[in-house]
Amino acid sequence: MHPSLKIVIVDENPIRAAILEDGLREAGHVHVVRLGETSHLLARIYALDPDVILIDLENPSRDVLEQMFQVSRAVKRPIAMFVDQSDKASIEAAVDAGVSAYIVGGLHKERIKNILDLCISRFNSFARLRDELERARTALEERKVIDRAKGILMTAKNLTEEAAYALLRKTAMNESKKIAEVAQSVVTTAELLK
Amino acid sequence: MIASEARLRIGFIPLADAAALIVAVDKGFAAAEGLDVELIREVSWSNVRDKLNIGLFDAAHLLAPIAIASSLGLGHVKVPIVAPFGLGVNGNAITVSPALHAAIAAAGDGNILDPMVSARALARVVAKRKMRGEEPLTFGMTFPFSTHNYHLRFWMAAGGVDPDEDVRLVVLPPPYMVESLANGQVDGFCVGAPWNSVAVDLGIGFILHFVCEILPRAAEKVLAVRSRWADEHPQTLLRLVRAHRRAAAFVEDTTNREEVTAMLAAPNRIGVAAEVIRRTLDGRMKVAPDGIVRVSDRYLLIGRKGAARPEPAQAAWLYAQMVRWGQAPLSAELLAAATAVFRPDLYDAAMVDGALDLDGEPPDGIGAFAGPAFDPNDIAAHLGSCAIRHP
Repeated sequence: MHPSLKIVIVDENPIRAAILEDGLREAGHVHVVRLGETSHLLARIYALDPDVILIDLENPSRDVLEQMFQVSRAVKRPIAMFVDQSDKASIEAAVDAGVSAYIVGGLHKERIKNILDLCISRFNSFARLRDELERARTALEERKVIDRAKGILMTAKNLTEEAAYALLRKTAMNESKKIAEVAQSVVTTAELLK
Repeated sequence: MIASEARLRIGFIPLADAAALIVAVDKGFAAAEGLDVELIREVSWSNVRDKLNIGLFDAAHLLAPIAIASSLGLGHVKVPIVAPFGLGVNGNAITVSPALHAAIAAAGDGNILDPMVSARALARVVAKRKMRGEEPLTFGMTFPFSTHNYHLRFWMAAGGVDPDEDVRLVVLPPPYMVESLANGQVDGFCVGAPWNSVAVDLGIGFILHFVCEILPRAAEKVLAVRSRWADEHPQTLLRLVRAHRRAAAFVEDTTNREEVTAMLAAPNRIGVAAEVIRRTLDGRMKVAPDGIVRVSDRYLLIGRKGAARPEPAQAAWLYAQMVRWGQAPLSAELLAAATAVFRPDLYDAAMVDGALDLDGEPPDGIGAFAGPAFDPNDIAAHLGSCAIRHP
């Protein structure tokens, strides 16, 4: 183990950054600093003098970090993570997951790969979590709309709940739409006719 | 035709000079060529470059110097890129804070609309600050390998300001430029549309120069593809370039301006007010908070005046700037590799009606306001004419 690596995480999403930091600490990296706000980013990074910088790909400040490769007089000449093109699979995995890594010192490739693998898996699990949350939220909203549409149809056409749902489903199938979309049209129309 | 060839993923940054690309897709010029294009908006040039390099994008809207740096392996991995189409010539401006604008105006020995007068005035402002022991001025630009970086440097160095010793140049993502000018983190910046106008509209910046006043013909963005991809998909590339040539002509036809600006302003494309994009395409820019307007018919060229044809001399000029500022060594091999990025042959192969109109264009293809005419075959002479350079 080499517990002395200094790692900086640049991420504007505090929850994801915390998940990432926890993972790195569990893996034995104790020197982890999170930078959420990106003003004076380069100066703050120079002051911290990290070995590894991890940045979220959705962060426009990624371009600021490219300047490190120009200013050799200010820091030890940095080396980009993706210098070794033989490791294309791990580059692609990192970009897919939405993370990029910069190495400031001359570190052994395997050590960086371990850190990057950890980040990729944490980024992916965060993305899954967000997707699940989004799906759950959508499902809940769809159910609410369908319930309202059923209610409208039951009153307007004097239907049972079952028949109202069957009507929604049949219309959806005929128009190749989702039931929730048809239900939304029913609700919108009812509001217009109020 | 192979079906899988027709589906393309193309990355872009939300800027006015993505116009030909956006119109090629949204007006159906790409579809008419049998291309199913998905446009993917990105937040940083590093992302665009990396996704193009590893094959997540088939093509991209790219800063011309990044295409060259990538092909030469400067600053990052070496992936040969070719540019068969120029998405824009010019389009940048230099904006300064009201305080710096006043200081330059006071120090100028003539009309500061003349870039040589303003550059010499800047040198005096810089010297005075140094004498008083004040912090050096800071200027923002978009990327180490960017036209903005080279344009700023070319202008200030002509007046005697050493961009590496006398001032600070910092990379700032364009959306942060205006805020950084407002809070005093930078004293000026060089950036493309719409950010100069945003600073002027907020009353916190003056547009000092259009870059076309410094370099009348400066290649800005290109449509970039991996060299290998170009070799493997010649027919798709031909169709892609043809769609872009038609789109660029459509953008430049002023009778389409309303339709084009609405298309570009859409939330999933550039996503800013149509009026701001219109100012850029019309070359009618409000340059001062009090409403003064300056007009240039070459503020941004999208296809007009042969702008879409990628000229190797432009690539040579950009490579010369990389050498001048210590980003690349000077060698005949690197020069050849840099000029080979711009591919007029691929542009010409996608034949579209209409001859190149180069009437009144600078004979050396650049037309810089300072120094001798540029000779792409003699970079050493160009560098020799520059008093300030590194190393």
